[in-house]
Amino acid sequence: MSTATVEDLTEVAAPEPFWSRPRKLGTALILLGVVAAGVFGSLAPGEDARFTLSENAEGAALSIHGPFGAVLFGVLTVIAGGVMVAGLLKRRSNLLLVLGILTFVLSFLCWQVAGHFMPLVDTTEGTLQLALPLILGALAGVLGERSGVVNVAIEGQFLMGAFAGALVGTMATSVWAGLISAAVGGVLIAGILAVLSIRYLVDQTVVGMVLNLFALGITGFLYERLMQPDAQTYNQPPQLPEWRIPGLADIPVVGPVLFEANLLVWLALGLVLAIHFGLTRTRWGLRTRAVGEHPTAADTVGIRVRGLRYLNVLLGGVVAGIGGAYFTLVATGSFTKNMTAGAGFIALAALIFGRFTPFGAFGAALFFGFAQKLAFFLSAIESPLPSQFLNMLPYLATLVAVAGLVGRVRGPAASGQPYIKS
Amino acid sequence: MTAETQTPAVKKPEPAGDDSFMNVFLRNLWSANNVLLTALSVVLAVVIGAVLIVVSDAEVLAKFGYFTARPSDALSSSWELISTAYSELLMGAFGDPAVFQAWFAGTATWQQAFTPLSETLTYAAPLVFTGLSVALAFRGGLFNIGAQGQAVLGCIVAGVAGFSFGLPIVLNLAVALVAGVIGGALWGFIPGLLKARTGAHEVITTIMLNYTSALFLSWLVIQKGVQAEGRSDAISKTVAESAQLPSPGGVLRVHLGIILAVLVTAGVAWLLKRSAFGFEIRAVGANPHAARTAGISVARTYVLLMAVAGGLAGLGGATQVLGTAHALTPAVAGNIGFDGLLVALLGRNRPWSTFFAALLFGALRAGGNRIQSFAGISLELVTVLQALIVIFIAAPALVKAIFRLRAARSTGLGASLAKG
Repeated sequence: MSTATVEDLTEVAAPEPFWSRPRKLGTALILLGVVAAGVFGSLAPGEDARFTLSENAEGAALSIHGPFGAVLFGVLTVIAGGVMVAGLLKRRSNLLLVLGILTFVLSFLCWQVAGHFMPLVDTTEGTLQLALPLILGALAGVLGERSGVVNVAIEGQFLMGAFAGALVGTMATSVWAGLISAAVGGVLIAGILAVLSIRYLVDQTVVGMVLNLFALGITGFLYERLMQPDAQTYNQPPQLPEWRIPGLADIPVVGPVLFEANLLVWLALGLVLAIHFGLTRTRWGLRTRAVGEHPTAADTVGIRVRGLRYLNVLLGGVVAGIGGAYFTLVATGSFTKNMTAGAGFIALAALIFGRFTPFGAFGAALFFGFAQKLAFFLSAIESPLPSQFLNMLPYLATLVAVAGLVGRVRGPAASGQPYIKS
Repeated sequence: MTAETQTPAVKKPEPAGDDSFMNVFLRNLWSANNVLLTALSVVLAVVIGAVLIVVSDAEVLAKFGYFTARPSDALSSSWELISTAYSELLMGAFGDPAVFQAWFAGTATWQQAFTPLSETLTYAAPLVFTGLSVALAFRGGLFNIGAQGQAVLGCIVAGVAGFSFGLPIVLNLAVALVAGVIGGALWGFIPGLLKARTGAHEVITTIMLNYTSALFLSWLVIQKGVQAEGRSDAISKTVAESAQLPSPGGVLRVHLGIILAVLVTAGVAWLLKRSAFGFEIRAVGANPHAARTAGISVARTYVLLMAVAGGLAGLGGATQVLGTAHALTPAVAGNIGFDGLLVALLGRNRPWSTFFAALLFGALRAGGNRIQSFAGISLELVTVLQALIVIFIAAPALVKAIFRLRAARSTGLGASLAKG
């Protein structure tokens, strides 16, 4: 993406040193905390909010008086913000930010859950499951973006992966064949993206958007031609099995979520670590980042810029394709037209919100997954809050993040620019 | 042709220096000009589409199983399948000869004969506006992926204005259309402002705004006062008759929107070519640094440009809801914004080319409906064709490479392509 910003052209005044990023964020947190304590606290019905440790209303529960909890956590948000504004604990400002957001969310929950119960295991599990494709999609974005190729075709790769996974999985009656072909489906779209943007120098975002439509069309076409008339033969893929690790799975809350799960959960978590390690500690990572920031310099020292970009975009295709497999091999038992419904763009949002880093993308994906899970939960308890607004959260949060209202997000410098060897 | 045989006798033949009329004509025809590239892109897309049709048909595919034994079986049935599909597509877009004959014989009305054309124009009208929106923004160096969201906002505001005011005829329509423009302009203004003030990339911000507006629409249509009375599904009240775009009625769904589209295309062409603002847009699009040095406010241009582009897309949404849908539903805007993106790319961001690209897309869509109902082949084939055409248009080098390989056998044709 072109990085020539208007600000670079027009703004000459030096940034005010007083309003540093922590101070701005702190002020925002204080405002949020005041809203939480005031609005949530006064609206909460005077009953207990129960957070059960199981998947239903039974068993042990953490419970707190609704209005009290809302005010308490709101005040904690204000304190976290206050510490940031005061300039204390400067080295821990990210931690404070997370604490502030967490307490704000808790305050909100105390208001909404008061008089009801929220099963923690179910919520955590749902969050992680909903976040899974987002994590994988965002990681695919990280791979491409850090080497200088913008990937807005994550949605298309998801769709292709989901479709190929369902089709081959059913025809071969093997979930593993499905998983592998999902990766191949993702690579297919990634391959076109790579060839057109790296070899033929077409604008990367243009190609990406067109590829999304292409994937939507071709999967929809084949779905209606093959899968709809004969679902038995083409659209009943076996599901990815859940594996239980004895011992570890008995830990409350964390156990059933992390250690009684399907392969994709571990794969996603493993990939976050692997890509972080790879980018920061290995030769491949250093070269990738060099190519993404300054391809000419990288080329000068003998790095094959285009080759590395091809490699990374195709690797991203594998990861995003597997993310697509989630939709057919884990979440539902069949493919439907346009079943990803914008998840690829939420993954893109997570990538940007997470500042183009694996851990950041992971955190953002979890946050967005939680927002989605919360939307389901709130409509289940018939909360007056419309779920559509909670579903807007990922998009609005990203909008705020890229607009630099609270700390600017900057992508890799050469991201979006084709490299032409002179 | 006689000149061709004579020249070698006079002097040593030069492959590119032979300038007999026929050769020059052929060379120019078979060079990488836009018309030929567009045509070849369409051909490539149609060929790939044909392969898809055959591959996804189990019966025909079974015949390929004994291809070596009796190739004629597989080939003839494939050919039949493909030709049925594409002839239905053409008939759905431009007219069915059988119905025309029936009209001349007096057994069908003229309305029935012109239904396919009417459908083509109906589908094309909103695409002209969204296409122009993307094209105009492109000329200023901005990639307006947000046409979809802006069209949705246009739908919302025009629709709500259409059923709430109850103004007299003409005025009601005008107010609803303007409301749609304002709605879209607002949704375009936001990313423009963010781009100008903070440098936030418009691709990211507009993607986010697309989904925000879609969610907002799905919330709005089920609210009291908007939702149609006595309905439990997500549909709004119907737009007042006086706010609907006039249409011949009956089977002809075509409406005033297409005439509006012609006027707006002319307006955008004038804006780009003749107005001061158009000059600023082109200058900023060509080189923002140079434009700033020349005294053009880049920030102001970005904001205005995005607002105007948003207004155009909003008008597209307004024609959709006031012309064909007449009520808001979560999917009222369909895919017109994203299709507009393809239309602009196909039209190479020139206003009139974009207009004709929208007509082509409208024709494909109208034909797609007929394929679906007559040949039983999914409408999504059209989406595939559209995306493929644009992929090839966007990568002319790819098309050139493909056709050079084929042209290499006949001498002379490849020579001019090698340069491109």
